[in-house]
Amino acid sequence: MTATIQAEGIVKTYGQLRALDGLDLSVPEGTVLGLLGPNGAGKTTAVRILTTLLRPDSGSLTVKGIDVLKHPDDVRRIIGLSGQYAAVDEYLTGYENLEMIGRLYHMSKRQARERANELLERFTLTDAASRPVKTYSGGMRRRLDLAGALVAAPPVIFMDEPTTGLDPRSRLGMWDVITERVREGTTLLLTTQYLEEADQLADNIIVIDHGRAIAEGTPDELKRKVGGERLELTLRGEAEVATAAAIMRGVGTGEPTVDSETHQVHVPVTRGAPALIAAIRELDAAGIEPVDIAVHRPTLDDVFMRLTGHSTEDKTTEEQK
Amino acid sequence: MNPVVMALSDGWVVAKRNLIKIKRIPDLLIFSTIQPIMFVLLFAYVFGGAIPTQGVDYKEYLMAGIFTQTVAFGAAITAIGLAEDLQKGTIDRFRSLPMSRAAVLIGRTTSDLLNNVLVVAVMSICGLIVGWRIHNGFFKAIAGFLLLLAFAYAMSWVSALIGLSVKSVEVAQSAGFIWMFPLTFLSNAFIPTHTLNPFLRAVADWNPISSIVLAIRDLWGNAGTMPRPEGFPGEHPLLLSLLWIAGILLVFVPLSIRKYRQAASR
Ligand SMILES: Nc1ncnc2c1ncn2[C@@H]1O[C@H](COP(=O)(O)OP(=O)(O)OP(=O)(O)O)[C@@H](O)[C@H]1O
Ligand SMILES: [Mg+2]
Repeated sequence: MTATIQAEGIVKTYGQLRALDGLDLSVPEGTVLGLLGPNGAGKTTAVRILTTLLRPDSGSLTVKGIDVLKHPDDVRRIIGLSGQYAAVDEYLTGYENLEMIGRLYHMSKRQARERANELLERFTLTDAASRPVKTYSGGMRRRLDLAGALVAAPPVIFMDEPTTGLDPRSRLGMWDVITERVREGTTLLLTTQYLEEADQLADNIIVIDHGRAIAEGTPDELKRKVGGERLELTLRGEAEVATAAAIMRGVGTGEPTVDSETHQVHVPVTRGAPALIAAIRELDAAGIEPVDIAVHRPTLDDVFMRLTGHSTEDKTTEEQK
Repeated sequence: MNPVVMALSDGWVVAKRNLIKIKRIPDLLIFSTIQPIMFVLLFAYVFGGAIPTQGVDYKEYLMAGIFTQTVAFGAAITAIGLAEDLQKGTIDRFRSLPMSRAAVLIGRTTSDLLNNVLVVAVMSICGLIVGWRIHNGFFKAIAGFLLLLAFAYAMSWVSALIGLSVKSVEVAQSAGFIWMFPLTFLSNAFIPTHTLNPFLRAVADWNPISSIVLAIRDLWGNAGTMPRPEGFPGEHPLLLSLLWIAGILLVFVPLSIRKYRQAASR
């Protein structure tokens, strides 16, 4: 059986720029695909093409077996979209926004009303439900927009950077909502700039850069590639480096790297917290008081470092040239 | 669902949304009625005596012109509204929903039509106060108003195409208006066309604005014994008006809907 979301060889150019350069992706039913990439990688372009808003120059794509290019109307019936920028109506209240979307999915008046209230509650917007969206904060708009994508409880959902601009609590709340939808069988494609988020939510991750997939796999596979967590230790002076390196070798899973300029010692670890405790104990016993010690989780930047040999920043400067 | 029923019912959902905006920002409505009131008063009292009319009071002669010009200019709000929806991403959201492809435009032109109904009502009251009267009875009076609103609706679709093409509210604000100046002033709205040179006169006589204005003047008994255009435009202004309205709709409804489908796929 073909996957719920299936795309092959999508190309989209803007003049000289190849926003998407032969992207393939496949999301099996009931799973989450995380599209991970820096600014300008082509994430939004991919989402817009898959949700019928944009036509690619070439490539073939289906959602639940329906050809997106030939039958966009049929695809719209089974998808929900929350774009990168909250597309909510400022002059309507939160309730009116959701009710309108329900009506446009051709729900009955009653259904649309009940669904709107249900979602407002789910996204903790009930208190603000009867206020025009103009008075909402950025995070509230974002949440309302995400609620908009869920109105028809569509089997396939696309979310473009769903947690950008949310405070930590709302972000966790959003993760909950997403996990709950997926448990109920929804297929989800989400884009993000945070490896941590893709790790939390996605069954599979595609890392894209310049419109092309540069890595692909489960979060674990990807983290293995990047090297997982790392213990980072900064010391007061040169004298302590040798002893500290020996201790770090003991708690880590590999050879520690030493930077004698900055008096830093790094070592890869399997599980950050226990390694941290062990290291602190031993350092204390040896009479070493570090300036700083921390567990470093791999970020998108580390992924890029490892996969392309340049960081995400480099890419932007390269683009500006 | 039947596509026509779906277009109308989705269109009504969108129209309601637009009307809510008018309700929430009443200033919009206040200003869109102040301008026509000003026009009625200025033309009635400032220009009133300057242009000689025969068999009819200038204020009466003028009123159909002011009404028509006002709804023509008012069509610009369609362009501005759509450009705003495009810019804010609202149209993207609509385009991802399984709603009719015509609904956003039907909704927008419908709410703008209702806005026009109100503007025309306010202008009529204002006109009655300064001395304008209708002489041909109730049904012809209503027929005149219907013709005016039908023309307003057709112009709204022209404006829709402009709004979808410019993609920025600021550009829509001027692009929506500019072409109205030659269209409304090179017509019989404020001056009898026989004073123009032969070329301009031919243009003015065949101008759709002139046909609408003359047809309404005839219906309301406000035409007096003023000189009329030669030939068809002078003999059958009502027929010509209806042809113009039908022609504008036939061309601009499909063009605008096509543009809407492409608009967000930049
Ligand atoms: N309408 C457009 N015209 C020209 N270039 C465009 C257009 N839309 C996108 N691009 C270009 O295509 C590339 C991919 O853009 P896209 O918006 O898909 O990136 P993204 O991965 O979503 O980035 P971000 O994280 O910043 O949202 C960028 O280089 C962008 O400048
Ligand atoms: Mg983006």
